[in-house]
Amino acid sequence: MSWDWQVFCEDTITREATPSCFGQGGDITYLDWLLSAWGWTVSVSLSALLLALLVGAVVGTLRTLPDRPLVVRAGNAWVELFRNIPLLVQIFLWYHVVPTLFPALKAVPGFVLVVLALGLFTSARVAEQVRSGIQALPRGQRHAAMALGLTTAQAYRFVLLPLALRIVIPPLTSEIMSIFKNSSVAFAVSVAELTMFAMQAQEETARGIEVYLAVTTLYVISAFVINRVMAAIEKRSRVPGLMAAGGGGH
Amino acid sequence: MMNLDWSFYNWALIHDFVLKGLGFSLMLTVVATLGGILFGTLLALMRLSGKRWLGVPATVYVNGMRSIPLVMVILWFFLLVPFLIGRPIGAEVSAMVTFIAFEAAYFSEIMRAGIQSVPRGQVAAGLALGMSYGQNMKLVVLPQAFRNMLPVLLTQTIILFQDTSLVYAIGAYDMLKGFEVAGKNFGRPIEAYLMAAVLYFVICYALSALVKRLHQRIAIIR
Repeated sequence: MSWDWQVFCEDTITREATPSCFGQGGDITYLDWLLSAWGWTVSVSLSALLLALLVGAVVGTLRTLPDRPLVVRAGNAWVELFRNIPLLVQIFLWYHVVPTLFPALKAVPGFVLVVLALGLFTSARVAEQVRSGIQALPRGQRHAAMALGLTTAQAYRFVLLPLALRIVIPPLTSEIMSIFKNSSVAFAVSVAELTMFAMQAQEETARGIEVYLAVTTLYVISAFVINRVMAAIEKRSRVPGLMAAGGGGH
Repeated sequence: MMNLDWSFYNWALIHDFVLKGLGFSLMLTVVATLGGILFGTLLALMRLSGKRWLGVPATVYVNGMRSIPLVMVILWFFLLVPFLIGRPIGAEVSAMVTFIAFEAAYFSEIMRAGIQSVPRGQVAAGLALGMSYGQNMKLVVLPQAFRNMLPVLLTQTIILFQDTSLVYAIGAYDMLKGFEVAGKNFGRPIEAYLMAAVLYFVICYALSALVKRLHQRIAIIR
């Protein structure tokens, strides 16, 4: 077989190659479409990441509260619920079931529903990391905070969370890379992200290998960028004296 | 709840639409777990062999697989396998090949951690007894590594079972597909998706509770 990278310069409607490879005046080429799909993948992933970090940090913290068995149970139930249903099924629930059961949500765009699905799915994983991060702290930290007369809220705000949230950065890196990979499942409800592009462009152009190679490369680049960014954050937020300086290794 | 049509849930639905799909989901899980462990162990041994010509390709394969979304891997194999063997194959067969190849990368990382968790003294003792490299691995290192890694292996299998729903991308008939077809046929998609979610939850929750108990038992024995 022979390569045909020219396919990315073709107009998506007329299938004629444009000289600049980018569409003119409202028309788009496959290259334009590919880049916009990458943009969708990035924005779905980053929005879901923000939601997952916020919800996950709160739920994970609640699961470690002392003398609050009900709150702890609710937190555990949250994690079990979102962890034991496949992401694809959760996306279908948000996309098809939730708007039917709650008609007020009918006007919400699909993008938001997918972000909710992916974000809450991941929040369970983040909560698990945050919980184990807090529980990995030496007991003395909590006791010392109590001995100083801090309230529970103050102990978390000034002692436990500043340490725990920095400890969980390495395991969170792999969760963040998973969010980018998991965003591909949004193809099932027609969000115009990379995997959706791959399936449709493959069908239209019959140039599957070139299309898949381009999409796969963009996923790999995204994963690599996150890996580097997280390594930089990890370096800057390292707790002095707690982890071996310069000692990488995950 | 709102007005769900409870008559949708009956044995005929399960029998006609769901059982076939559930069977495929379970079969795919078992095949991919066994194949994944087999090839994953080989990959792990290649990486730990200390020989560059074995280690580098295995590392590239494992890291490559782990940086691509599973859906893309499923699509790749569905496109490439017919191309390579020269004739079209069904979505179900393609799914099995894909899952074995994909899970091998994840199982190899688990196996590698497991093998590295075996104390060095065990290897040295095996060598001192005059065992060959192969004997040492088979009789001393791997049995202990498997035992250390059993809870993680089973957890990965639960994730794998959830991931089998992604064969949706190539239209294979798994449990989710069964529910979807039933929902479309009877015009009850809401009821169908809800029950799919409940069934997945029950299966995965029960399995992870089992893994937790197993983990505790192993921890007591050791």
